[in-house]
Amino acid sequence: MQNEWLYIGLFLIIGIIVPIVPLVFAALVSPHKPNPIKQSTYECGIETVGDSWVQFKAQYYIFALVFLVFDVETVFLFPWALSLNQLPIFAVLEGILFIGILVTGLVYTWRKGMLEWV
Amino acid sequence: MHPDQIIFFLCAALILISALFVVISRNLIHAALWLVAALFGVAVLFALLNANFLAVVQVVVYIGAIAILFLFAVMLTRKDIRDRGPQMRRSWWIPALLGLLILAGLVYLIFAQPGIDRTAAAIPAGVDPLRALGKALVSPGGYVLPFEVSSILLLAALVGAVYVAITKKS
Amino acid sequence: MSLQDFLADPILFISNWLQGLLVGWKLPSGLATVIVFLIGILALVIFAMLFDIFLVWVERKVVARFQDRLGPNRIGPFGLIQPFADIIKLVIKEDITPDGADKVVYNIAPVLAAVSVIILWAVLPLSSKIFGVDLNVAVLYLVAAGALGTLAIIMAGWSSNNKYALLGAYRMVANMVSYEIPMVVTLLIPTILADTMSLNGITQSQETIWYVFLSPLGMLIFLISSIAELGRSPFDLNEAESEIVAGFHIEYSGMKFGWFYASELLHAFTFGGFVGILFFGGWQVPFLMADGFHFGSFVVALPGIGVILLQAVAFMVKAMIGYWVIMWVKYSMPRIRIDQMLAFNWKFLTPLSLVLLSATAVLTKLLSGFPLWIFGVGMFLSNLLIGWITIEILRFYAHRQRRLEEPLAQPASVAARR
Repeated sequence: MQNEWLYIGLFLIIGIIVPIVPLVFAALVSPHKPNPIKQSTYECGIETVGDSWVQFKAQYYIFALVFLVFDVETVFLFPWALSLNQLPIFAVLEGILFIGILVTGLVYTWRKGMLEWV
Repeated sequence: MHPDQIIFFLCAALILISALFVVISRNLIHAALWLVAALFGVAVLFALLNANFLAVVQVVVYIGAIAILFLFAVMLTRKDIRDRGPQMRRSWWIPALLGLLILAGLVYLIFAQPGIDRTAAAIPAGVDPLRALGKALVSPGGYVLPFEVSSILLLAALVGAVYVAITKKS
Repeated sequence: MSLQDFLADPILFISNWLQGLLVGWKLPSGLATVIVFLIGILALVIFAMLFDIFLVWVERKVVARFQDRLGPNRIGPFGLIQPFADIIKLVIKEDITPDGADKVVYNIAPVLAAVSVIILWAVLPLSSKIFGVDLNVAVLYLVAAGALGTLAIIMAGWSSNNKYALLGAYRMVANMVSYEIPMVVTLLIPTILADTMSLNGITQSQETIWYVFLSPLGMLIFLISSIAELGRSPFDLNEAESEIVAGFHIEYSGMKFGWFYASELLHAFTFGGFVGILFFGGWQVPFLMADGFHFGSFVVALPGIGVILLQAVAFMVKAMIGYWVIMWVKYSMPRIRIDQMLAFNWKFLTPLSLVLLSATAVLTKLLSGFPLWIFGVGMFLSNLLIGWITIEILRFYAHRQRRLEEPLAQPASVAARR
């Protein structure tokens, strides 16, 4: 394993320890007097009404799906971007074809009204 | 033992244990989060193999998009989605036996391969794997056709999702 | 090993010396490497955390000045000790976990939010010789760290067992996830221009010209998408105080809330740093080369360590200016609604950034053989052209919208006349 990933792995471990230390310290130092009113969930100062579950709008899921498709597309574009210097202009046009097909998909989604927030 | 091996074993243990908990967790959200841990373990494996790009892409696409999609899908259902009944069927030993047989068969097949203890060829010096990947993706003699077809595949996924959403709406 | 070597590259000198020392104490060289790395990492992380504390003071002073008041000025000179007082207050506050909260997920969320920001500092080049690690996929590493942050927010919102936290988390995640696309697409622009994904490489290739002059539109789109990624105003639906009172971190108190707040500020500063690295030359100072200032053939020689420090100061100044712009936008603009926000992203920023990317790729290929000034002028003009065409398209649509709405406005005035 290269040294760079060792460094990042160690960074991750230190990055996990650094936030935990003050939290542990706070847990030791702070008072701990639970009572039911303090621990009830917050609803603008009044008693909670109904379940603490909100109907999850399907729109969120559609946006996450469109995001997924475009995320995979942009990930494909990274190796393409790095190879442009060494290949003729044909490579650029292939990449633009790739982008174009997915922009068509975006336009289709737009025209079908899936990008509205109703 | 070489430190690489220790890290590999830790990583493999993380992946296997997380995968186990995905299946036996009673709470769906916890199952999705254990899946995130398993995917992160796979990213660490890629990093161990010096596949930098694949390690980062694993986190970006799998954890950043697919795991979030899973979490959203789970949240579309009712909040209290805990499994209340017994977790094992009465005849649980039949699938367990089948699973063990399949595992034994797979292990045998893998180790019976002639090239199992061959090490992979070293990347020739001066070749940047990322650039080579890029060139392969768009060279006419390389993988340009699968590259373009994959964009059509993504388009099909998008159209399919829109179609399902529209029929559900109407 | 001599004073000369130390002055040329202090960090490398110190790490080599420490490594030699530890190996001399009969430690295996792998372990020695790990210890040297740990010392470097601790130095970087402690610097980031201390700077984060300073940023809390900066934020409060700046917001106060924007709102025509003074800000903290009681504790310490100019209120500089205020953030320390804040930390002490947060640490000694009682940690209230709401009923029915999912304890494990509830506690992991603030730690994950802080981790996703701290690990960004591993690839941030503070100077030509001061950086954590020169990762050759650093640009995607940025996006990966952002993915971890998004996960932390869903975990926080869900585990709080609170309607408003959940609503805030959904909206925040829809926000962050949507704006990731223009951000990643505009990240491709410096990648194409510099022909490398490593942040050090991108900074080094801006020696001749900063990328903001080659792609101003790219810089704008990246800035807007990063402000949305950070969840700062005008995209701060998660903490729409007038609507859902602090969103996904309603139920967090004490130091856990402290970590959400501190990591948001540090994230904003780090992204100011990234805007500086990607478009404004990072640690590049005009006319400064590795051995001093070069004004044409006139050279002002500087020892290596002087150059390194000067570059580090340049980076911090650029990051601070980027952070100031992000704060300026936050405290000047009203919040936008979620449907406006998503429409802005999917119908405007994403197609625009993809068109810009295609134009950049084509132009880089066509103009690659020409001298730099033709390339620069060509890219700059193409950006202006795309920007102008976009404004014309928007104007056309706005006119059409207005013409559609005018007949509806008429009957009211006709009725009023009767």
